[in-house]
Amino acid sequence: MASVLAVRELRKFYPKVKAVNGVSFEVEEGQCLGLLGPNGAGKSTTIEMLEGLVKPTSGEILYRGKTLDANYRERVGMQFQHTALQDFLTVRENLNFFRSLYQRTMPLDQLIEACHLEDYLDRDHRKLSGGQRQRMLLAIALVNDPDLVFLDEPTTGLDPQARRNFWELVRSVKARGTTVVLTTHYMEEAYLLCDDIAIMDHGRVIARGSPQNLLAEHFNDSVLELPAAEVAGREIDLPLVHKEDRVEILSADVNAAVRKLLDAGLSLAQLKIRPRTLEDLFIQLTGKELRS
Amino acid sequence: MSKRLIAMIKARILEVLRDRSALAWNLLFAPLLVIGMATVFSGGAQTVAKVGVIGDLPLTAESNAFLGTPAVSFYKETEPDKAIAKVQRQRIDMLLDLRSHPSRYWINSESAKGSLLQKMLLVTEPAAQEQPVTGARIRYADWLVPGLLSLNIMFSSLFAIGHVIVRYRKSGYLKRLNGTPLRAFEFISAQLLACLILMVVVSGGIFTACNLLLHLRMEGSYLNLLLVAALGSMTMIAMSLLVAARISSEELSGGLLNLISWPMLVLSGVFFSLDGAPGFVQTLSQLFPLTHMLEAARAVMLDGAGLADIAKPLTVMALMTLLFLALGASIFRWTQD
Repeated sequence: MASVLAVRELRKFYPKVKAVNGVSFEVEEGQCLGLLGPNGAGKSTTIEMLEGLVKPTSGEILYRGKTLDANYRERVGMQFQHTALQDFLTVRENLNFFRSLYQRTMPLDQLIEACHLEDYLDRDHRKLSGGQRQRMLLAIALVNDPDLVFLDEPTTGLDPQARRNFWELVRSVKARGTTVVLTTHYMEEAYLLCDDIAIMDHGRVIARGSPQNLLAEHFNDSVLELPAAEVAGREIDLPLVHKEDRVEILSADVNAAVRKLLDAGLSLAQLKIRPRTLEDLFIQLTGKELRS
Repeated sequence: MSKRLIAMIKARILEVLRDRSALAWNLLFAPLLVIGMATVFSGGAQTVAKVGVIGDLPLTAESNAFLGTPAVSFYKETEPDKAIAKVQRQRIDMLLDLRSHPSRYWINSESAKGSLLQKMLLVTEPAAQEQPVTGARIRYADWLVPGLLSLNIMFSSLFAIGHVIVRYRKSGYLKRLNGTPLRAFEFISAQLLACLILMVVVSGGIFTACNLLLHLRMEGSYLNLLLVAALGSMTMIAMSLLVAARISSEELSGGLLNLISWPMLVLSGVFFSLDGAPGFVQTLSQLFPLTHMLEAARAVMLDGAGLADIAKPLTVMALMTLLFLALGASIFRWTQD
């Protein structure tokens, strides 16, 4: 598959911080790449360099095999983490305004339909709810019918319904063949939307692959969860991880683990068994300490 | 004009027109100030008689006894023709030429203060030769209106543009625009043109309203006045763009804009003539675009000046505009530092 974006040894150094320190990856046509990482890992700086907004200290970014040029911004779409728009303009006026900035544009009615904006087109954009606003911002990111769209934490602060609704929109964008680069703090979102994931920390990519492959590479066990009260005072021949009001047991052989729990006389009525998740992997790779 | 430029201008004009409170303030500020000032000072702004003096002698009683007259303000004039025009318009009460013997003096035959000064002069120098001139006195309102319109243009341009760009930068809107093919030059030009269009329309409306209310004196061409207003607005807007080119703090931009606007307000001759002001004040005032806009506007409205007569202030404003725009564009930043 052809690569839309290729990043080689990308670095961005500020006087006191190495924000990005040698990042390399490729994004294939029509794929969704998820950039994950704790706060300060270098995700936003990386995405801003990919968007052409921040100049790298060194390294190379190639769009369809060529270095970024003046035409690049005609071909890409962006949705920032925090975006303000001009006051007093309606949704329709904002869409038309941004459409006027590009040579190639998606027809307005197609854009409105794609992002479900029909019901509040003539509303002042400042009066939209969080979910409606994110859908409008996605529509703005798509006004030029881009080959490649950058979505920087687009669902942060949305309620679960609005978040799921937004995921559907991203899936429909992908279905059109558009390549997506997504940053998010929601592991479930990354697992569901991304074909490929790069986990960053301290300015570097520390793990890379599809969600399924990453989990398979790093874990061969499942998690068994029991209430802490159920386990208290019993002799169990399994490694236990105590977590507030519950206990986790990590085991590659779930059947054998369950047998040992039964042998120890535990009730399994509240036993939960789950496979490892991206969140487990994320915590394992980036640690548990609080980042600013 | 490019599609992007037109879109940016249209969006900015819509934003301004829909911000009703700010627009109402802009529309009401100048007329209210005109009416207030014209009422307060309708009896004449100058409470002390003012005499322009041509010649190298120091302005002391030792040089000439008349120069020691109390309650009369004497100041040096270097351009006799312009000074005589001031006597004609009764902007000064007498012009005295000490280079000749006996001295020559000009007073307006319709000016009571001029007659009084004449009697005082003839006591100390009976042989002084009168050079009478005539001309109707300019009402304070006629003199004040160009100043207040220029003032309105200055405040509107400086604060509308400066604050807005800083707000755009702080909120991240400039960053969003930077993600599009819009270039910095297009953005700056669009802001300038949008503001210019609004300024000319609003100032035109205010001028018309003042004219209907006060029947203003208009000796020159309206087109020339429009040119002065447009160029003056551009200079102020360009100055504001320079201030807002890279800062992200509204407090800092407010402080800087006040630092620029208040000296202009006080030292550009908006409310009172700078004739007779100390030399350094007059020199300093030449650095302010408001001084040149006022000079040109008053020359067109009160003296019927043509383009050739106001070429100097127009050229100064054009050069200032180019300088401010070039500097502003070179240091412009889309994002916060």
